[in-house]
Amino acid sequence: MKNKIYPFYFSIGAIVLYLLFMVLPGLMGFYLSFTDWNRYSSEINFIGFDNFALIFSKPNYWRSISNTIIFTIVTIALKTVIALMLALLLSKGLKRFFNFHRIMIYLPAIIPMIVVGIVFRSILHPTTGSLNEFLRGIGLDFLAQRWLTNPDIALYSVISVDTWKGIGFIMVILIAGLQVIPPEYYEAAQIDGANQWDELWHITLPLLLPTLTVTTVLNLLYGLKVFDVVWVLTNGGPGYATETVYTVVFKEFSKGRYGVSTALSTFLFVIMSISGYWLIKAMHRKELEV
Amino acid sequence: MFKAKKPKQIPANLLAILVSLIMFVPIYLLIVNSLKDDVQSKAMGVEFPTSVHWENYLTVIEQGKLGISFGNSMLYATGATIIVVLFSTAAAFVLSRHRSRLNRFLYFFIVLGIAMPINYVTLTKVMQATHLINTVGGIIILYAATKISFSIFLTFAFVESIPKEIDEAAIIDGCGPFTLFFKVIFPLLTPAWVTTAILSFLDFWSEFILPLYFLHNSEKWPMTLAVYNFFGRFESNWNLVSADIVLTILPVIAVYLMGQRYLISGMTTGAVKG
Repeated sequence: MKNKIYPFYFSIGAIVLYLLFMVLPGLMGFYLSFTDWNRYSSEINFIGFDNFALIFSKPNYWRSISNTIIFTIVTIALKTVIALMLALLLSKGLKRFFNFHRIMIYLPAIIPMIVVGIVFRSILHPTTGSLNEFLRGIGLDFLAQRWLTNPDIALYSVISVDTWKGIGFIMVILIAGLQVIPPEYYEAAQIDGANQWDELWHITLPLLLPTLTVTTVLNLLYGLKVFDVVWVLTNGGPGYATETVYTVVFKEFSKGRYGVSTALSTFLFVIMSISGYWLIKAMHRKELEV
Repeated sequence: MFKAKKPKQIPANLLAILVSLIMFVPIYLLIVNSLKDDVQSKAMGVEFPTSVHWENYLTVIEQGKLGISFGNSMLYATGATIIVVLFSTAAAFVLSRHRSRLNRFLYFFIVLGIAMPINYVTLTKVMQATHLINTVGGIIILYAATKISFSIFLTFAFVESIPKEIDEAAIIDGCGPFTLFFKVIFPLLTPAWVTTAILSFLDFWSEFILPLYFLHNSEKWPMTLAVYNFFGRFESNWNLVSADIVLTILPVIAVYLMGQRYLISGMTTGAVKG
């Protein structure tokens, strides 16, 4: 009976697209990572762990992995802390224009990354960029930097731009999380003489924890596969200073070295599928609670 | 906490305005510089144009062959959005209503795709085998495939909120599965699929990694790649680059402002139930 009203073929389209273009390439990666697959030969030979050995022995690959980890950890910290402060500011501090500010702060999220990259390359230009002009204008010349070409700070410039773009998304989720905390808790705390810090530490943060878990995992998944912001701002440079796993995957792919490229992708695929499993569990638990 | 007391209102508002301004800086820079001449726009500065040059927009449309890439982006984003909405709404409906063991497994298996990164390298093999590489149809299907997981996840929760009695009543009235879905359920799911459509369209319009890997002719490029190419050719003419970008992001800003309520409600579903 149920199969008649809710026929299985309604879900076939989605399942086929998902299996063919998302799952299958992921699974093929497991085999092709162990081969010498490349553009210049039609033969594909099994070569064991050679690709992985190469990845873990060469410093520039290592650099891309460590950069990805730094990028992920720092963006998680920055986005969570700033977005939380903005969520509190908007939902507790403002009486009017709440929606206006939410629209404005989310705005960067919808601008294509390629556009963000082009504009920030001009803003961060060492001699003519608005940021350095502004710093010089207010007498802080020593802070003016070669933001994207100094290898010591380029990665952090990329992180800052990404944080600027991504913060609105996290803030919007946290605002929704704050809105479902029952106001009675705050009323009871005030009767008991709690101050604002007490309320933040003992009511808001504990009750926001499930939402914070979700935003953290979302930031984690985003950070590990970061590609576009790096590609448009620095293309991995100067040197290997801002190279990430996915920029190396693309570069190896462009060189025709598909085996190495696949091995790196697959390495990431495994880590992210495990993280994803956590994400779904975290979301599911939340569903059961509320 | 931070209860709205009067003396705190002013600093809170000032801070919010400052943050909103920081978020708006790039768009502001693009708009003012798109109206300058090429000398004044050289540094992409914050000052207003001394004389307004609307003709930059005409130049850009003619020289950047913007029409073609605009059309491409529209085609890819609209086509893929329609596929995502139809496939994911139908799938979410069936998977949510008929909770067999297989369907429950399929739901979790598909939702896992939210976290799964795309293996672009091996995907080329699939694209070659299916003869979809470097084709318009292929890129549309590929765009759609990337959004299936999230859209099913989002719609699934909405389907649960529609009482099952409605289905039963429709079946008793003689509806088959198609009439039930398209005439009864789909209209009731409007908030869900509009959210899916907006989120998908915005993402598809911004997409540039998939075309970077899988479209090899510049006449098939979407706006994002065309803009990047235009930037490479006219790097010193910031007024033209700015005008080009303003035209590129106009559709997403329009869709965003019209649909922002749906967008925000949709994004927070799942992350926060409330």
